[in-house]
Amino acid sequence: MPKKVIASFNVEYLQVMDDEGNVDNALMPQVSQDDIKKFFAQMLLMRAFDKKCLALQRQGRLGTYAYVTGQEATQVGTANLLSKDDWMFPTYRESGSYLIRGMPMHTLLLYWAGDERGQHIPEGENDFTIAIPIASQIPHAVGAAWGLKLQGKKNASMVYFGDGSTSKGDFHESINFAGVFKLPVIFVCSNNYYAISLARNKQTAAETLAQKGIAYGVPCLQVDGNDVFAVYAATKEALDRAYRGEGPTLLELMTYRITDHTTSDDASRYRSKEEVEQWKKKDPIDRLRKYMQKNSLWSEEFEKQVQSDSEHQIEEAVKKLEATPPQEIEDIFKYVYSEMPMQLKEQLEYAKKFPLEKKE
Amino acid sequence: MAVQKINIVQALNQALKQEMARDRNVILLGEDIGRNGGVFRVTDGLQKEFGEDRVIDTPLAELGIISAAIGMAVVGIKPVVEIEFGGFMYSGLDHLIDHAARIRNRSRGRFTCPMVVRTPYSASIRALEHHSESTETLYIHIPGLKVVVPSSPYEAKGLLTASIRDNDPVIFMEPSRVYRAIKEDVPEEQYIIPLGKAKIVHEGSDLTLIGFGAMMKTILEAHEQLKAKYSMEIIDLRTLSPLDEETIISSVKKTGRCVVVHEAPRTLGIGAEIIALINDKAMLNLQAPVERVTGFDIPVPFLKMENYYVPDVRKIVTGIEKVMSF
Repeated sequence: MPKKVIASFNVEYLQVMDDEGNVDNALMPQVSQDDIKKFFAQMLLMRAFDKKCLALQRQGRLGTYAYVTGQEATQVGTANLLSKDDWMFPTYRESGSYLIRGMPMHTLLLYWAGDERGQHIPEGENDFTIAIPIASQIPHAVGAAWGLKLQGKKNASMVYFGDGSTSKGDFHESINFAGVFKLPVIFVCSNNYYAISLARNKQTAAETLAQKGIAYGVPCLQVDGNDVFAVYAATKEALDRAYRGEGPTLLELMTYRITDHTTSDDASRYRSKEEVEQWKKKDPIDRLRKYMQKNSLWSEEFEKQVQSDSEHQIEEAVKKLEATPPQEIEDIFKYVYSEMPMQLKEQLEYAKKFPLEKKE
Repeated sequence: MAVQKINIVQALNQALKQEMARDRNVILLGEDIGRNGGVFRVTDGLQKEFGEDRVIDTPLAELGIISAAIGMAVVGIKPVVEIEFGGFMYSGLDHLIDHAARIRNRSRGRFTCPMVVRTPYSASIRALEHHSESTETLYIHIPGLKVVVPSSPYEAKGLLTASIRDNDPVIFMEPSRVYRAIKEDVPEEQYIIPLGKAKIVHEGSDLTLIGFGAMMKTILEAHEQLKAKYSMEIIDLRTLSPLDEETIISSVKKTGRCVVVHEAPRTLGIGAEIIALINDKAMLNLQAPVERVTGFDIPVPFLKMENYYVPDVRKIVTGIEKVMSF
């Protein structure tokens, strides 16, 4: 008996806009001129926010901060599509998605300043808290999607994670669940080529990360993650599939972390300047600007205005951060349980004998 | 013997380097430990020296790292695992509890699992969530695991060398708060500090003050403040499992008073075990109830409040005064 092929699979790659800002009209998603300007403004805001956070961190006013720079399109092209009733499960690198979804900027700054009140998600916003342990948010997004389905809701959940996450059991166990139970969840893998220092080609022997969906029967697509139109188009298709009750999608967004992993990292230890320079040529903001220039959507004045609006918004948020009174001792005790057990009450009384020494 | 003034990170690096040079079976595996030299740089330069087969940058998978190390250990490799932060151990805990700790017992001694899992612990490093916990109790509570916590560069080198040579799985918790805060003379040559043996850092007769790891620095500061007033015997536990009962009991029998300090949550912390031990073996020698100065039963707060969470000199001094007031 000869061997025969019993199944074969393809992994598709989607790019709508090239590095010079030319788009393929057949693939171009439906976005208005106002949307495009909004995307551009959001990306500029994220980059300005990054810059400010780095400055504040170096002054000791923030703790460790994880940058967005270079990956803006992965957040703008996804978060804008979620409805208010959809759920978002971010990593520590989704500051941009949080802002798009309506998280007040000073709250986000409070988080990075090391204040627990910075993870108090405003009432009514379906954005989960930041998951620090890698990939641990993925199963929760799957559970949330399952819950939405069980409640008969037509909503979806979207979960962000990086290339490193695809090596963890959390990813494999939960994408399998999503496939088996046809759950309305969008797996957004922002492949930025490095898990701290480990290069993508040492993370897995697989040719793409997208293909990991195939093993679990989950539709998958590799996308140019620095092309905001491609990310938007792919996300729209995935969300529509989820809303129709047709199950999950895995998107691998090809992007690059232009910066260090966080403010505590030194990326020059593990990658070359030349490599970073190559990727800077594919910068998502530059590409969108080129498109806008070609389509008469951009002027120097417009960009200046957006820049100054961003800076103003950030300055206002920093003022609010600085004006926030320090936490009370009770704050670290009162949310551990629904009702404070006797032991904790006793420990709180003891703690109060040792007043906070000074404002951090 | 030639000595050098180095910090804990350098002392650990040297211990690994010398032990790898001595024994070809010693290999390191973990995330970012090779090219990047580890997020705290403990393994800096080791991949260059020993190659990618012995200093292995693994994919991002703590369960994979810890469980693969178990298999390696069973066939005779001596894996020294690095888990970047204590809060990332838990996906590997499954295998530490269900297998590493039990292989010797399960196989009636046929298989063993000598491996070391190094991980930083302790608060006040201005990091994000899950980077600051003191989780020693989790490991102490697992029969079959040893738990070792150094407090200074000298201790770090001798205890890590002993842990690598030990015949059982060792959880080696590194005090990240003082990784670079303490420099002291450390011999250039290899040496061993035996596991299971506490150190009397300072002899005294009025009170026994017990601690370990990152808290020792604070304990010594409290001692400095009160040393003219009381004669304190200070014990650095070094190994939390198995505990050196003899050193604790003979000291408490001598002083009749005891304060235990740890930054882990109070409930079921090592302090509780030490009180139970004293209750069993030195109760009638006590002149005052044993006092615990500990972290609270809450998640370690983010950086704005983390220093407040960790027992400070004020709290330790208050604890000592309370015990001395009886």
